[in-house]
Amino acid sequence: MKLNKLLILVVIVAVAVAAFFALNKADKEETVAEKSDDKVKVGFVFVGPVGDGGWTYEHNQGRLAVEKHFGDRVETIYQESVPEGADSERVMTQMAAQGADLIFTTSFGYMDPTINVAKKFPKVKFEHATGYKQADNVSVYSARFYEGRAVQGHIAGKMTKTNKIGYIGSFPIPEVIRGINSAYIHAKKANPNVEFNVVWAYTWFDPAKEADAAKALIEQGADVILQHTDSTAPQAAAQEAGNVITFGQASDMAEYGPMPRVSSIIDNWAPYYIARTQAVLDGTWESVNTWDGIGAGMVGIGEISSAVPADVKAEAIALRDALASGEYHAFTGPINKQDGSAWLAEGETADDGTLAGMNFYVEGLKGSIPQ
Amino acid sequence: MDLPGISPVLLIASLMVSATPILLAAIGETVVEKSGVLNLGVEGMMIVGAVVGFITAVNTTSPALGFVTAAIAGALLSTIFATLVLFFKSNQVATGLGLTLVGLGISALLGKPYEGIKSPTLQAFEIPVLSDIPVLGPMLFSHDPMVYISILIVAAVWFVLKYTRIGLVLRAVGENHDAAHALGYKVIRIRFMAIMFGGACAGLGGAYISLVRVPQWTEGMTAGAGWIALAIVVFASWKPWRALLGAYLFGGITVLQLNLQAAGVAIPVEYLSMSPFLITILVLVIISAKGNHGAPASLGRLFHASN
Amino acid sequence: MIRFEKRLAPSRTTTILTPIIAVILTMIAGGIMFAALGKDPFEAIRIIFWDPLFDENFASYSRPQLLVKAGPLILIAIGLSVGFKAGIWNIGAEGQYIMGAIFGAAAALAVYPAESPFIFPAMIIAGAFGGWLWAMIPAVLRTKFKTNEILVSLMLVYVAESILASVAQGLLKNPDGYGFPGSRNLQQYPSAFNGEVIANSGMHWGVISAFIAVIFTYVMMTRHIRGFEVRLMGEAPKAAQFAGVSTTRLIVFCLGFSGALAGLAGMFEVAGPAGQITIDFNSGYGFTAIIVAFLGRLHPVGILLAGLLMALTYIGGELAQLMLGLPGASIQLFQGMLLLFLLATDMFTNYRIRLGAAQ
Repeated sequence: MKLNKLLILVVIVAVAVAAFFALNKADKEETVAEKSDDKVKVGFVFVGPVGDGGWTYEHNQGRLAVEKHFGDRVETIYQESVPEGADSERVMTQMAAQGADLIFTTSFGYMDPTINVAKKFPKVKFEHATGYKQADNVSVYSARFYEGRAVQGHIAGKMTKTNKIGYIGSFPIPEVIRGINSAYIHAKKANPNVEFNVVWAYTWFDPAKEADAAKALIEQGADVILQHTDSTAPQAAAQEAGNVITFGQASDMAEYGPMPRVSSIIDNWAPYYIARTQAVLDGTWESVNTWDGIGAGMVGIGEISSAVPADVKAEAIALRDALASGEYHAFTGPINKQDGSAWLAEGETADDGTLAGMNFYVEGLKGSIPQ
Repeated sequence: MDLPGISPVLLIASLMVSATPILLAAIGETVVEKSGVLNLGVEGMMIVGAVVGFITAVNTTSPALGFVTAAIAGALLSTIFATLVLFFKSNQVATGLGLTLVGLGISALLGKPYEGIKSPTLQAFEIPVLSDIPVLGPMLFSHDPMVYISILIVAAVWFVLKYTRIGLVLRAVGENHDAAHALGYKVIRIRFMAIMFGGACAGLGGAYISLVRVPQWTEGMTAGAGWIALAIVVFASWKPWRALLGAYLFGGITVLQLNLQAAGVAIPVEYLSMSPFLITILVLVIISAKGNHGAPASLGRLFHASN
Repeated sequence: MIRFEKRLAPSRTTTILTPIIAVILTMIAGGIMFAALGKDPFEAIRIIFWDPLFDENFASYSRPQLLVKAGPLILIAIGLSVGFKAGIWNIGAEGQYIMGAIFGAAAALAVYPAESPFIFPAMIIAGAFGGWLWAMIPAVLRTKFKTNEILVSLMLVYVAESILASVAQGLLKNPDGYGFPGSRNLQQYPSAFNGEVIANSGMHWGVISAFIAVIFTYVMMTRHIRGFEVRLMGEAPKAAQFAGVSTTRLIVFCLGFSGALAGLAGMFEVAGPAGQITIDFNSGYGFTAIIVAFLGRLHPVGILLAGLLMALTYIGGELAQLMLGLPGASIQLFQGMLLLFLLATDMFTNYRIRLGAAQ
């Protein structure tokens, strides 16, 4: 019967296709990673497009700085908009198979894939941003953005006239909560009457929604907008509203200075990327856990603009320098948790473990963290 | 409505602004679908409009010119869709999805040199006399010109569809293309024009995001607005004024939930952010339960003229 | 004057020939684009289409990866194709995929860290159920109220995305994850792990299910009364009614079938290649599968090949980005062009070109 023949044909096609793709010699990978010339090849895996103007943009700036610094001795490769999960694991494997000596994976969601691929390529060095899983050939690195938030909080507390500070959060994760707490603590020190209004945008990237969030906060009387989302939309909304100040996020956003943008927190990955590439060149690379702040230059405080009074600017710079030298920690007791229970005693500073997984507000903040 | 600490005047003013891009795209798509064609490539046309409008505005320092070129760019991109669907008889759903891919790709390539630049933006245009009315003035009559233009386009579409011959022909083509063809109407030509109009409107909507809402170019900045516009068309059951209502409702819920958060009202954010979609479903159910869903009868169907 | 005349039956030769022509056209247009971007077009095309399959350095890794990438696309597209044939438009597979993943992962995490051979089968059932349930919403609304299923299923994608963000930070959050969002990694939970059945083959249970689905659907569509009903409904709805086909049952079946397969795809993905539920776990498989279904002309074997072709452009595109430094957007544009050329040339299988006036 004709149908039977066709059916057999379909089954044969399916099996043949499966066999062609699935049956491979077992000896893979190992042979591939061996070939390498004298150049050091550095790979970067990016979660967004390099033109996002924020997170990925700054990592790509770090990549370009590596190229510029080392010239002919280093070759960089990168891949943008790589979804987390299976796709990222494949991209990393392909990079390693192509002879990359050092691979930076620049999103939290790449953590487990990085560890998996690192196991398969013990000779390749991996650097995973913002995660917590280390291995012999996997370093982790992250920036203490909350130090920058402290400086922001201080300026915000001093500058607000309505005593209302708006904060645009992306998702309620430790990184963002840490920033809110740090900004709040220092705003409160500068001005005991400040109140924080936090709006969760539930997106990393939606410029139009960020603009709406900024507007909503401004309409509620906030005259300072802090943001933990990457676009300049809130800056534009503040500019339109007039007497509202903002801070650049991830990149400097200097084009909005001197008003509304009065300062900024800049992700500056270049020094770290150059240092780690140098370590590979020298053969001194080791797995490390780096959490650098203003001191090491990983967190930059952008030019404080002329809109900020001289005395406030001087205080902010003093705070920045104290944080940079390590003589002051942004989370120094006494600090209570939101429910009033004690967290840090007088003079005690927060340990990195608690900070890394921070999931509570400090005393004085209103509202609750969405679960 | 008295919500804690939220000024309805400001709320309505800001929802009008935030709804304008999706309104523009939705009204264009309404015309396309009225003619019997389903173009799922709205997101792609919007983002091409956004980047072309931005590039023009930066280079000429004229946002108005930016909007004009954005409309042209959107219309040009839509001709790819129109050609494939009308002359090559390709499947409309798949072609629309393909158009979105192409639009996103082209816009990112074109926009590369323009990242991180600020564009000249439209100034608010206070309508004389009207803007001085207390409450209503700042609420309705102190926006930038595109907000009014978008409403004028809605009015024009409504008028043309309802009271003019060309509108009648367009609807006839959408309802029954074979009958319209038999009556001697140029089905292909009319649909081609409708698709280009839809493209132009989507381009305008995209440019509104890159020139007014955000003023900046970033890759993928329309962030799904085109899909919302598609939803609004069906929500509105293909009626122009209802599209306006739908766009303002969608924009309004987003603005409202952000405002409630800003006012410190404890709301479950993640559930509220899905509420516009649930409400759309609910409205759809209500409309369809009444038995009249008003979809153009030939929507998405292939037209072949030879017999 | 040029006219198009509809063929009585699609032409065999052109069915096979047109995709090849479309690929060649895409190569030419794409090559011009790559050249405009300052890259060697021949090298770029070779890397995209040839290297993932035959390059001695990459092929042994990327061939299995093609299966991993194509598996969920084929599984979802097969389910969708049945509905599309009947004129039932489920374009919300992305949402059903998400719900399947959530249900599947939840089934495993509920009993963590117990080990049992029953856990994985339970996850399969839960995953299929999750997708099915999500598809039942448009199905019930359509049959009860005649509500447009295109829109309802599309809207439910956004609802599912919100639920995903919520459970990744709440219900399913890894208690040992230092407060970071995201569930436990199922790859480290042996009873729940959907690993490769044969080492280095890329063949996990999701890929195997996709192949089974291809054969099953082929049989159903050609041999079973249900397949006949589906085709009748799509080609001649009136005739279907006269023939006593229950529209309601068919709608429920088509949406349920595609939902369950999408849910399965999500579950296999979360239990295997992806490993965990995260805020943005979904990466557009549900929408890409619609493209795959059409590229495959809604035919099971066509979908199998279309899914693999789509996966090839993804993986080849990644390689081209790595080796030549091409921007990601150019690959997206390339895929768009491929799709549009395939759709454009599709006409020649259903129509023939005639010169001269109509007779």
